[in-house]
Formats: sequence, C-alpha cells, structure tokens
Amino acid sequence: MSKIEYTSLEGKSPAYFGFLGALAFVILLALGAVFYMEHEGHHVTGMNNQIVWGMPHVFAIFLIVAASGALNVASIASVFRKKLYEPMARLSALLAIALLTGGLVVLLLDLGRPDRLIVAMTYYNFKSIFAWNIILYTGFFGFVGAYLWTMMDHNVYKYKPYAGFAAFVWRLILTTGTGSIFGFLVARSAYDAALMAPMFIVMSFSFGLAIFLLVLMATYKWNNMELGDVVLNRLRNLLGVFVAGVLYFTAVYHLTNLYATQHHGVEKFLLLEGGVFTNIFWIGEILLGGIIPLILIYAPGVKNCRTTLGLICTLIIFGGFAKIYTILIAGQAYPLEIFPGYEVSSSFYDGVVNSYTPSLPEIMLGLGGIAMTLFIVAFALKVLRFLPVSLADSVADPHHAK
Amino acid sequence: MKKTENKTINNSRRDFLSKAAVAGTITIAPGVLLHSTSAHAIDGDATDLNTSVSTRPLDQEVSSKNRWGMLIDTTKCATGCTDCVDACNEENGLIGHNRPETDAQYIRKVTLKSKSTGHELSLPLMCQHCETAPCADVCPTGASFVRADGIALVDKHICIGCRYCMMACPYKARSFVHEDVKNQKLSAPRGKGTVEACTMCVTRVDNGGIPACVEACTAENHNAMIFGDLKDPNSPISIELKKHGGKQLRSDLALNTGVRYQGMNE
Repeated sequence: MSKIEYTSLEGKSPAYFGFLGALAFVILLALGAVFYMEHEGHHVTGMNNQIVWGMPHVFAIFLIVAASGALNVASIASVFRKKLYEPMARLSALLAIALLTGGLVVLLLDLGRPDRLIVAMTYYNFKSIFAWNIILYTGFFGFVGAYLWTMMDHNVYKYKPYAGFAAFVWRLILTTGTGSIFGFLVARSAYDAALMAPMFIVMSFSFGLAIFLLVLMATYKWNNMELGDVVLNRLRNLLGVFVAGVLYFTAVYHLTNLYATQHHGVEKFLLLEGGVFTNIFWIGEILLGGIIPLILIYAPGVKNCRTTLGLICTLIIFGGFAKIYTILIAGQAYPLEIFPGYEVSSSFYDGVVNSYTPSLPEIMLGLGGIAMTLFIVAFALKVLRFLPVSLADSVADPHHAK
Repeated sequence: MKKTENKTINNSRRDFLSKAAVAGTITIAPGVLLHSTSAHAIDGDATDLNTSVSTRPLDQEVSSKNRWGMLIDTTKCATGCTDCVDACNEENGLIGHNRPETDAQYIRKVTLKSKSTGHELSLPLMCQHCETAPCADVCPTGASFVRADGIALVDKHICIGCRYCMMACPYKARSFVHEDVKNQKLSAPRGKGTVEACTMCVTRVDNGGIPACVEACTAENHNAMIFGDLKDPNSPISIELKKHGGKQLRSDLALNTGVRYQGMNE
C-alpha cells in the first residue's frame, strides 16, 4: 500500500455549520434539562428509590461501551497488523475519545451532586469497581490520546505499535470494568454474573463498529469523498461476527440462569411476563437488534447496498439501546428477593415489579451526550487531518480487481 | 386477680433487684455496667433489655470492641403497627411529599405470607448494618462506610449521589434525597442529591441512648425490638441470640448483618 494521504474537512459550508449549530442546540437543551433536574431535585425525573438508574445511565453506558468498541478498527490495524484498516485508525481513535466524552458527561451530569466532581477525582475507595472505572476512563483518554499522537506525529511514529497495543489492552480492561459494574452486584437477581464483563466487551465490539460505520459513511458521503466497497464489506462481515457474538453471550446468560431454580423468577420476568421489558427484549434487542441485522449482513442480494448497511448499523444501535435498557431498567424493575418463599408487601414497593417512565429531561440529557460526541468528531475533523483522502477500492486494496 | 397481684409483686421485685444491681455495679465497676445488668435483664421487662448503651466518652474514637445490633422478634410485631416507623420519621425529620416512589423511608413495615404454609408475619425492615456492607464496597468515594462499631453510615460531605450503593444494597434500605430539604433535625443531617438510610440513630447511641424505633416499640409495650452490643456476651441481645438464635436476611450473602430476626418460620 502506498503512503496514506490524510485530509481535514474544509468545514466552511452552511451545511457544516448548520450541523454544528443543530448539535450545539441539542447540547444547550440538554444543559437546560440538567439545570432543571438539579435545581428541582431528581423527583422531576422518572427515577425514584426503586429505579435508581434511569435513561441517562442507559445513554451513558451505551456511549461508554461503544467508545471502547469504536477503537476496534485502529486496534485491528496496529495490534493485528491488518493493512486494510490502517487508514481508518485515526478516525477510529477520535470516535472512541468522543464517545467516551459524551458518555461521561451524561453520567456526571446525572449525579445527585455533579458539583462534587472534584470529590470523585480525589477520594477513592479502591474496593469499588466504580472508582476503578473512573481511573480506567481517565487512562483511556491518556492511552488513546497518546496513540493518536503517535499516528499523527512523524517524530513519535515509531512508538505507534506500542501505543496501539497499550490502548487495546486498556480498552479491554475498561469494558471489563463497565460490565463488572453489574457483574459485581451480588444483591440483584439479574446481575451478579461474571459473564457480564465479556458480554460487555462483545457488545462494545458490535455497537462501536456500527457507530464507526455510520460516521464513516456519512462523513465520506457528505464530503463527496471516495469510499469503496472493499473496506465496507470487510467491516460489514466483521460486524456480523460481533452481532452473532452478542446473541451468543445473551443466550448463554439466560440459559445459565434458566438452569438454576433460584433464577427462574427473574428469567420468567425477563423472557415472558415482564410486559414492556419482555417486548423490548424480544422485539428490540433480539429481533431488531440481532436477528434482522444478522440476516441483512449476510444476505447476498444486498451485499454492496449502502442504504442497507446504514439500516443494519441503525438497527444494531437501536438494539444496543434496547439491550442496555433491558439490563439496566428491567434488572432494577424486578423486585429484590429479600424473603425467598414469601409473598411480600410494604409501603416501599417490596415484592412488586417497579415501574419506570422516562422523563423528557432525562432523555434530553442522553441526547445531549450523543450531540456532544458528534460535535467533537465534526469539529476535530475540521481542525486536524483524521480522514484518508480516499478509501476507494484501489487505495484500500491494491490487489483489488476492478 | 390473685394472679395479677403476683405478677405485680414479681415485677416490683424484679425492678428492685434490677435497680439494686445497677446501683451496685455503678459503685463497684462503672466500666462493666452492661455486663452485670444484662444477665438478669433478659428475664425482666423490655425496658431493661434496651438499657445496653454506649459508655464510650464522646472524645474517644469509635471502637471495634462494640458491635451495635438489633434483634427483632417478629412474633411480637403486629401487622399494621407503625410505631417504629413513625418514631424514625420523627427522629430523622423525614417528611413525605406525597410522592411515595421518591419519599425517603429509613424503616418500613413489611408484611410476609409464606407461599408454602400461608403463615403471615410482619416485621420492620431497615439498613441491616452489615459487617461487609455491599454499599460500602461499591461506593466510589468511600462516602458509604461502616464504623468500627458496626454502624453503616453515609458521609454526606463526600457522597456524590451516584446511587451505586442503592443498586448494591440487598435490602433496598437506602433512599435518595429527591428534593430540597427543609427544617432538618440537628442530629440527623440530610442533603439533596445524596443517599441516606437508617443510621441506627447514631447520635443517640453515641450519647448513651437507644435507637428511636426500639424506644418507641418498647414504650408502647410491643417489645419486639432489642438493641444492644453483639460483642458483649452478657448483653441482653447476645444472650437472647444465644438462647433462641436469630436469622440474618439474605444470609446466603454472608454479610454478617447487625440486625437479626426471630420467629421467621415458614
């Protein structure tokens, strides 16, 4: 492969500024929502003493999980030395940093006391996986930032393989940490599973690559740059493996629970009798987010169809939200089993399935996180050279037969 | 009638003996007051059962020599009675906002019905003051912690309101302050955006008192709750536990809870 030429976006068109302006508007609305929630107190949200983590956490965890997955393309290039992925490594790392930023901003602004960020950064309980996550997030910025530096500065280019490897290992540890936020919760029937960590890693591969593909296709299309089928089809096949992987881990998780009598209650709730949660699981997570994308990825008739690929990625992202919603909200909605063998009732919603209706400010905050991510990417693409000038088939794969 | 008289006499005698024992012990060995009074107290009335209180001077650090705990006899806890809950709300200044889903509850009455036998019982449920508390384990800043004497607390100054402790608590014992707090009690500080729970009335305990819920239960003569030092083998709570045992909720989690229950036979 010849030397890769990179470019930045011209970024002077009304469409570009319109895009940034629209994102800034969403961010402003999100900040307004935060001010409202923090000023009034969390009683104005859908969250309560039963469902303590709500929509902001669904968005935040989705973005954080996707962040480490967005680094896939760069990792495949640097760690696994696949030349085809090399030109896209910069964009991959940029997207990873932007997604993590968006996710963390949402997480931070939903805290009961977001003004105490400095406390979170200075007081550490090292037994807490949450505290470890704070270190892992900070480290991710450092490692991926250094990796980007080695990719973009010729003076330090020779360190790129090391930086790439370090970032790869760190992102695996980071997502292990994210999954373990749930895996380490011994109290709740739907969590407390070591499988959470590897499942979150595979989820990150899938969600991150889907977002990467959408950003890649949109950027190249809107800027009239060449993007060939070779690259897209390779990424598409990879995406298929990841989607299948998520389905596999989901199946193993539920099968393991179904084997143990003590978990029959929660499984019956999640899979059969959970109402809206059961629908979100089967229709959102499994059908729309798993099976249909998988069929479309490998369907021969739509192999080079970009609209279909866009639809596949959108479905995977939608399914990803559904999956995290199921894990997070349904997991809390199922009552704690404090008194096995008893029917339970109290003034504090013991023994009943908890209900949750997301409020508009919560959703607005979450959307603000996505807008923040896209704003960072769009702005960075203008100021630095992240994008290969062309990703045409002849550039991406010299042996490609026309 | 005769029977009643006998009982009165017996109680008077017990009271006399109890007071004599207390007076004697105070004179001879103030430091071992609890040890000496507790042995007889188990047979006396419930007020005696709950006289086991902290003797630590306030200028000394909390010590692991004590482990404060509660024993709840569910056979004496009446369905529908909320004396303990009312006392707790009063003590901690918990005012409802007519939003039951977000209103704080440090202690609640739970009604149970056995699925296999249909046996019904009622009990108060609050922070179980675990020795290895999941809330303290998961708290990123260390705001949730367990004191050396076994009382689980939240440091309101460094709680960032992440609610991970609420996710982790097996007993749903914690509440998040969802709104501005007004007219706080000096002894029970609260804060919007932070997490709170039963403190076992730590201020009372540190000043030699007993938790408000236990006090109310005893004052109303229900006598379903005993407060005391689990590490003192002669305390009423330890003696009662040794005699009749006590169940830990979610004992499968091996958290070594400070609150134990009796009478929970399916």
